[in-house]
Amino acid sequence: MKARIKFTKTGPIKYIGHLDTMRYFQKALRRAAIPVTLSEGFSPHMLMSFASPLGVGKTSSGEYFDVDLKEEMTSREIVDRLNAQMVEGVEVLSAVKIGEKKADKGMTLVAGADYTVTIRADKLPSVMNLADDILQEKIRSFLEQPEIRILRKTKRKEEETDIRPWIYEFSYEGENRYHCLLSAGSVQNLKPDLVIKAFALYLGGDIEPADLLIHRNDIFADTGEDGKRNLVPLDALGEVIE
Amino acid sequence: MKLDKPERYIGHEFNAVMKDPESVDIRFVMCFPDVYEIGMSHLGIQILYDLFNKMPDVWCERVYSPWPDLDKVMREQHIPLFSLESQRPVRDADFLGITLQYEMSYTNVLQILDLSGIPLHSTDRTGDDPIVIGGGPCAYNPEPIAEFFDLFYIGEGEVAYPALLDLYREFRDKKKSREEFLIEAGKLPGIYVPRYYEAAYNEDGTLASFAPTISGLPEKIAKQIVMDFNGIPYPEAPIVPYLKAAQDRVVLEIQRGCIRGCRFCQAGMIYRPLREKELDLLTERAKRMLENTGYEEISLSSLSSSDYADLDGLLNYLISICREKGINISLPSLRIDAFSLDVMSKVQDVKKSSLTFAPEAGTQHMRDVINKGITEEDILNGAGQAFEGGWNKVKLYFMLGLPTETEDDVKGIAHLCQKVAERYYEIPKEKRVGKISITASSSFFVPKPFTPFQWAPMDKEQDFLDKAHIVKDEVRRMENQKSIRYTYHDAQISVLEGVLARGDRRVGAAIEAAYRNGALFDSWTEFFKAENWQNAFAETGIDPYFYTARERSTEELLPWDFLDCGVTKRFLIREWERAKEGVVTPNCRQMCQGCGSLRYHGGVCYEGKN
Repeated sequence: MKARIKFTKTGPIKYIGHLDTMRYFQKALRRAAIPVTLSEGFSPHMLMSFASPLGVGKTSSGEYFDVDLKEEMTSREIVDRLNAQMVEGVEVLSAVKIGEKKADKGMTLVAGADYTVTIRADKLPSVMNLADDILQEKIRSFLEQPEIRILRKTKRKEEETDIRPWIYEFSYEGENRYHCLLSAGSVQNLKPDLVIKAFALYLGGDIEPADLLIHRNDIFADTGEDGKRNLVPLDALGEVIE
Repeated sequence: MKLDKPERYIGHEFNAVMKDPESVDIRFVMCFPDVYEIGMSHLGIQILYDLFNKMPDVWCERVYSPWPDLDKVMREQHIPLFSLESQRPVRDADFLGITLQYEMSYTNVLQILDLSGIPLHSTDRTGDDPIVIGGGPCAYNPEPIAEFFDLFYIGEGEVAYPALLDLYREFRDKKKSREEFLIEAGKLPGIYVPRYYEAAYNEDGTLASFAPTISGLPEKIAKQIVMDFNGIPYPEAPIVPYLKAAQDRVVLEIQRGCIRGCRFCQAGMIYRPLREKELDLLTERAKRMLENTGYEEISLSSLSSSDYADLDGLLNYLISICREKGINISLPSLRIDAFSLDVMSKVQDVKKSSLTFAPEAGTQHMRDVINKGITEEDILNGAGQAFEGGWNKVKLYFMLGLPTETEDDVKGIAHLCQKVAERYYEIPKEKRVGKISITASSSFFVPKPFTPFQWAPMDKEQDFLDKAHIVKDEVRRMENQKSIRYTYHDAQISVLEGVLARGDRRVGAAIEAAYRNGALFDSWTEFFKAENWQNAFAETGIDPYFYTARERSTEELLPWDFLDCGVTKRFLIREWERAKEGVVTPNCRQMCQGCGSLRYHGGVCYEGKN
């Protein structure tokens, strides 16, 4: 059975890098005595894949990995057994059975991600230190631009890109807190740091990623048809095993 | 602030112990003075962490050396060093315990104190500072770092700590001073209070006398060891780091001590007598530890695993529980013989990684001098069997600069490599797996206290390098030279290690000066800067060669002679004489060597005598 596990990552363990988070779950799965399928070959390892790596220092209440189990288990049992083996800040929220096809993999499905970004109070640029209603107005005009061009780094290159089509939602929630729903995935992956930076630049200031507290709320797949977007959390695409 | 691997400093690992600081009586911060990934791999700290945290009113936490990037930030922003569990300042703890595993970590000890805001010298500390206590193998010559510690503990940690903590509690409740506590602690078995001992020197610089300055403190301090070896607690739920530590596996201690009696080996002397753990205890424990950690590998810990009486039984059990779960078994410190190879092929299955042999020396003469107890035939037979079993990569470890070494012995390293290569090509071509690859590496011999070589002169840097070049040239003359890669250690670091290993109390000033000059992480070749130390010796008027290059007379009072490490000086002198004659001494199971460990009434000395 292929299972998709949803978990949180908050507190001090936000400093654990992606590879070490994976190692952490490999050990937790062993401790929980959940029978994971091992790869063939000289050094057998667990077959697991994470939907979308979370950067060091960011927190999340919606992370996912897919894992191959040797036998079927109920969702409840997987969640309970794993939660008995977690550290502070990591909680397993759900476990669902997913399809076996390559197209069913979380990594392939990722289409969007939802973030809450808080600017550290002592790092707030003066251009963003505005009354709530003014800030709402600025966001509206920011989004009304035909394009939002900004220097964007990818693994291979750095180039000026129009990120406007990848911003699905962007709003101000008060107390230096912004909400963004952004395109995610292997092709059009937009980080929330860049959106805030673009907004700061638009206001005539600037801001660095280190000045932001970033929390990922969830990761979504797109089940819409005919070019219409319909974002659903990744665990909605699986089946709860009773 | 951008730090490399912030995971080093956050704690919160699985199985880390959290307690309420307000509800505990004693906060003990345990330190391994090197980077987290190294320190977390150390079994001794895991043992003490477990032992202390089982006491309800004690909270044992950890701290490791901040990497130079964090070190810089802490100094610039005046952030005091904090422990991983509570993230509170180390200085607020009751005890700071520092394990001394290698001499090159001494400047890191000063970094820990300095960043904690604890005065470097014991005599400058007040009631607001924790009691700084050192332990581990380097505590067997604590003198070079004596001034930086309030106490040293000589021996195995499991034994005397409960009494020390009880005494601390009692004295604190009675509002006694720090000094009163230290003096009383110095009367406990195995505890040494350096500030109440004084050294005097002869005109030639050698030690004239060494004695306590306060009545009631012992002249001689005896090591404390565990004799109920099956009964002591063991960390069955060790901390599981997020970062990949050097030891990323379950470590199962199967025995302590060694029967072999290699004359260069300090561990082989100070952990005597050999004590084994019962098979049933180990199998149960292995299973529980794997369940409690989720590790995908288990390793046996001991000085010479092949000497464990029922290794076969233990491995068969481990194989039975590990195979289907895809858990690896790793077996360090095996002697290369038919039995070990059989064992290795059992546990390693198809994966033929490289094999490691430690002949230590290139000629029989030299191996007899160091009492290595293996012949060239053993080595070549072992290699031959390994090659027939499908291995084609061999690592060979040697030492250069051993006592009585001649040019022939030095060249012998190259010759032995060649013979190993030839043994490979004796195998029919169709059975060989490609070419043979031999990596020979030599370290430079550093004489250690409480070994038969504690009186031996040590080579200087240039002697070491000359010898290494002789080996290199000789390797080039060998027929199979293309299959042999030769590397050697840093000669400057080795000489410095020699000074710190056999130094006296005066060397402390140079360590402090080196630290002030910027020395830190000296065991890391990328950080080691010889000038820091050269300048330190010049500033403090210390001649490093006085401590390394000089042959000591067996009459000389040695800086560590006030410690009783369990083996007698008479035994060490006898072994030193036999070494110079090239006479081999049999191992403990063949014949009692009369080392003095009989007095512990247990272990290998009493095997089959119950």
